[in-house]
Amino acid sequence: MEQLKVNLCGIELDNPVIPASGTFGYGYEFAELYDINCLGTFSFKGTTKDPRFGNPTPRIAECTAGMINAVGLQNPGVEKVISHELPLLKKCFHKPVMANVSGFSVEDYAYTCEKLDKEEQVGWLEVNVSCPNVHGGGMSFGTSPEAAAEVTRAVKAVTTKPVIIKLSPNVTDIVSIAKACEEAGADGISLINTMLGMRIDLNRRRPVIANTMGGFSGSAIFPVAVRMVYQVASAVKIPVVGMGGVSSAEDVIEMMMAGATAVEVGAANLVNPYICRDIVSDLPRVMEKYRINNLKEIIGGVQLWGKM
Amino acid sequence: MKQSIFTIIENTPLTRDVMRMVLEGDTSAITASGQFVNIQLEGQFLRRPISVCDYDDQALTIIYKVVGKGTAQMQAMVPGEQLDILTGLGNGYDLSCAGDHPLLIGGGVGVPPMYNLAKKLVKMGEKVSVILGFNTKSEIFYEEEFKALGCDVTVTTVDGSHGVKGFVTNALPDTYSHFYTCGPEPMLKAVYKATTTSGQMSFEERMGCGFGACMGCSCKTLTGYKRICKEGPVMRKEEIAWNN
Repeated sequence: MEQLKVNLCGIELDNPVIPASGTFGYGYEFAELYDINCLGTFSFKGTTKDPRFGNPTPRIAECTAGMINAVGLQNPGVEKVISHELPLLKKCFHKPVMANVSGFSVEDYAYTCEKLDKEEQVGWLEVNVSCPNVHGGGMSFGTSPEAAAEVTRAVKAVTTKPVIIKLSPNVTDIVSIAKACEEAGADGISLINTMLGMRIDLNRRRPVIANTMGGFSGSAIFPVAVRMVYQVASAVKIPVVGMGGVSSAEDVIEMMMAGATAVEVGAANLVNPYICRDIVSDLPRVMEKYRINNLKEIIGGVQLWGKM
Repeated sequence: MKQSIFTIIENTPLTRDVMRMVLEGDTSAITASGQFVNIQLEGQFLRRPISVCDYDDQALTIIYKVVGKGTAQMQAMVPGEQLDILTGLGNGYDLSCAGDHPLLIGGGVGVPPMYNLAKKLVKMGEKVSVILGFNTKSEIFYEEEFKALGCDVTVTTVDGSHGVKGFVTNALPDTYSHFYTCGPEPMLKAVYKATTTSGQMSFEERMGCGFGACMGCSCKTLTGYKRICKEGPVMRKEEIAWNN
């Protein structure tokens, strides 16, 4: 359907719906459930230079309208992703995929991105400078404009494909970080990663999560995500991918009105494995309800009260 | 894995805080004893993973302990109400290595998955011994049900109020061909040490999705990293690494 198409950094998506990294594996588990080619694309599991087991368990906590995870970037490492995961992914997904990358040093990011950039299935590199669950890496690169810009420059220097920097909401001023990435050459910004959270088990008087804290996601964070997408999209010229608590076609449209060109769906996949397929098929109905002819027209289309 | 709507046809207490729920619906995705289902509950974000006690073509039975908000909500449900359930999750027990005299060991809410397993092994013509471990007499459930299957049943209670006094490991028979177990981790460790044959053990962990997507329930084994929800919950004794 032409009305659902959007253009993300020069690549056309059939629709703006993108399962978020860490909630969709490398795609093939979900391909057993439905034809995942109905998606715009998806962002695969965060990949690092070396294999990682991640954090000790328990890694998951239930929250009101959401969850906390502290997985800690478990992944088989970039070599194995290229040799084992991508060939499996290729069998079930025939569109460009978003490669999500994390690291523990600027060199790590550049190394992993350079490798994945050469893979023909990879359409975009989504560079995660916002993982709250690893020490000495991840989020620490996304909490200062200088560090985020440094990672952006290093990745851009060794890649040819569009680079989208994934930002953390756990900062004082997300706009300054987004602008620093844009100036450093980023082709897009995605946000928000999870919010740092914590739960305590009253019986045991211990954190529910073995790592004490973790990333809070799910519908509870949606308003925060809409606000930050709005702030960033209003301040940068490059495309913004919005995410955070999205779980319906209405949420996708709200994110787009706030300024998102495409929209990622995260935690909701873990509760309803069919949610992204269902959102895609529900979009035309919701567009009709709100008299939207073409999704491209509503990107950043929110009209503020004072300016109506 | 299959997502479908089930209708509650029974939800009755077995003990003070252990309930049995029978659900009618499409059970076609369930392929082995020891698999689990993941249940969506109104107002709870994550589904609740619960092992399958028994199943046939029309219905499945779960036995659950009321421990938190989710299970309390389930306890309050009545026949006729419906639940959105993911079925056919996890690997389940492998029956092919049972031998002719398998031993099944269940502790507390680790007892339920032993029931369908026992049923299948009895049907295969094996001589099945079962040890059911509880803390005290008032917590015992399913002793008669296992006997009715034709199993040789021993019950242990920690306080000695019924059956053998002590832990399941105080009641191990001299000979058995293979063991299957499910229960709290300290019990699994004790069974691991005390058993002399090969065996299969079912593990528990806090889960995100229950179907392999989130990596929330990973564990280290001697044969690599595994997801409790996908490559587990059943692990072979030989591959277990306790120090993870």
